[in-house]
Amino acid sequence: MHVIVCIKSVPDTTEVRFNPETNTLMRDEVESIINPFDTYAIEEGLRLTEAHGGKVTVLSMGPPKAEKELKEAIAMGCHEAVLLSAREFAGSDTWATAYTLAQAIRKLGDYDIVLCGKQAMDGDTGQVGPGIANQLGISQLTYVSKIREVDLEGRSITVERLLEEGREMVRTQLPALLTVVKDINQPRYPTFRGIRRARNMQLPTWTPDDLPGIERQYLGLDGSPTKVIRVFTPPPREEKVQMIAGETVEEMADLLAGKLIAEKVV
Amino acid sequence: MELQLTPEHEMVRKMVREFAEREIAPTIKEHDRSQTFDRSLLPKMAAQGLLGICIPVKYGGAGMDYLSLGLACEELERVDTSARVILSVHVGLNSMTLLQWATEEQKQAYLVPQAMGERIATYGLTEPNAGSDVAGIQTTARRDGDHYVLNGEKMWISLADVADQFLIFAYTDKSQRHRGMSAFIVEREFPGVHTGTIHGKMGVRAGNTGSISLQDARVPAKNLLGHEGEGFKIAMSALDNGRYTVACGSVGLIRACLEASVRYAHERYAFGQPIGQHQLVQQMIARMAQRLDAGRLLCYQAGWLKNQGVRNTRETSMAKWYCCDAAFDSAADAVQIHGAYGYSDEYDVERYLRNSKGAVIYEGSREIHQIMQAQYALGYREDRPLRCELPAYDQDAWEAEA
Repeated sequence: MHVIVCIKSVPDTTEVRFNPETNTLMRDEVESIINPFDTYAIEEGLRLTEAHGGKVTVLSMGPPKAEKELKEAIAMGCHEAVLLSAREFAGSDTWATAYTLAQAIRKLGDYDIVLCGKQAMDGDTGQVGPGIANQLGISQLTYVSKIREVDLEGRSITVERLLEEGREMVRTQLPALLTVVKDINQPRYPTFRGIRRARNMQLPTWTPDDLPGIERQYLGLDGSPTKVIRVFTPPPREEKVQMIAGETVEEMADLLAGKLIAEKVV
Repeated sequence: MELQLTPEHEMVRKMVREFAEREIAPTIKEHDRSQTFDRSLLPKMAAQGLLGICIPVKYGGAGMDYLSLGLACEELERVDTSARVILSVHVGLNSMTLLQWATEEQKQAYLVPQAMGERIATYGLTEPNAGSDVAGIQTTARRDGDHYVLNGEKMWISLADVADQFLIFAYTDKSQRHRGMSAFIVEREFPGVHTGTIHGKMGVRAGNTGSISLQDARVPAKNLLGHEGEGFKIAMSALDNGRYTVACGSVGLIRACLEASVRYAHERYAFGQPIGQHQLVQQMIARMAQRLDAGRLLCYQAGWLKNQGVRNTRETSMAKWYCCDAAFDSAADAVQIHGAYGYSDEYDVERYLRNSKGAVIYEGSREIHQIMQAQYALGYREDRPLRCELPAYDQDAWEAEA
């Protein structure tokens, strides 16, 4: 089985800063980490290959220093890693990112499952996973909380999706792309063996020149249909606090319930 | 000159931090209160490779360097001292001593299972009447055919009740004072070996500390570590590594104090502003930051020297002395910053203070280290080469399979 896991290097902070010139995220100043949702995708990839044999390839598009996150994935036990890094890729929106990752996945050759986290914690769009599936023309199963069955001979996969209304069980044919939620597993720690392997490993870096058939007009900021016009912090909401007073708890609860009903909160 | 950790060191740090936060932090307060040692931690640490972190792969270890050991100690003690103590005795005082002094046969029999975490090990030097005065120990070893017969009492031994094998120091010839001391690898199963637990410690209450009683304990002659009469040198060389782990752990404790104090200084208001705005609180925080950086650099220096295979008794002693005092002072300040809340176990800082005091006493008290440093400075003391030195870290050799 060949599992490809797409990961993103994200800033390790909730204090995301923007470049006011380009209105894109500034990633240079803070420590980066593997997007937390992607660590569940890595873990699930490792479990799949432990159960079915084969290998996990990790793929990431980002600046050269995103190699650190790929090496962490190797330290967790992933078999191979590829970094997509070039000036031409810079400023990609979710469409251009999905396009570029899909081209790289095509180049990686035969695969059975592509795994992504459900969303990145910096951009928070949740679009890249589905975008890759669309580019590759394969099924997409989003918000997967459990893989129930993989039938490699019958080429099918059955999963549970965690939706707001409940759990949905779905089956589709392989290859397929899954985006996973954090309920799916508990990611393992890197191992010392993995860390030593990562230390000694030279990771390939692919540029547009390494991706056959890529159409350069679809790359980077220029290839991105999304145009960010302005980024701003919404003004703080002005809320007023009203204290409910009364003689007894019952009386206060009654008053509160009345107000909640009047405001159509309940 | 480079003062930067490698990306692999950062991975080690991050991995141990996550491990400590996930496996130790959630239950530490409970274990500290009930004075219970969480034995389930040992197989988890073993599975993670921590129990053989800096031991070569061919001896069952994880094949990392001595700086990695220091980083692991820092991250473990940031959560609780008791977890770091495991590495101090099992890796620092015992396994590294076997790596340095043991014969190949002894390494295969004892170091390999220790590095893999299948057997837990500790170090028995201190006695009820001999701590700093190492030559004052009273345990004896008498040769009897192809065995030695050991008699004596060891006290304040970390993991005494948990360990499977002990490094025991005893006199084979008391008339020669410290030149008559020898070191033995003693298994719990050997006849005449008994252990007990010590309760009522001020700190490290989640750690196991106890005594080892040797009553005509029969130890095979092949379990003599080094030569007869080398015990004192072996004991002191072991302390060079044990003290390093204690120093690095104390850096973690300083970090825990600083992190807790900064958090609290932002949250807690007094006189209409966060207490971090008050200059005397700032002074305490600034001193913690100063101690953290200074202590860490001393530890890195000692770890780097170990990696190079350079004798580091002076530098390790300096790191141990400074870091343990600094951790105690930082913990006292952290309690002060937390005010009355810091005096209760609702917050962690009171535990930090209780835990930090032990390290000012064990593995060379503050006073011993001061005397050592004065002797080095005055030229009264110099380190002579040992018959067996701790091997320098060699990446290829450490990673090679058996």
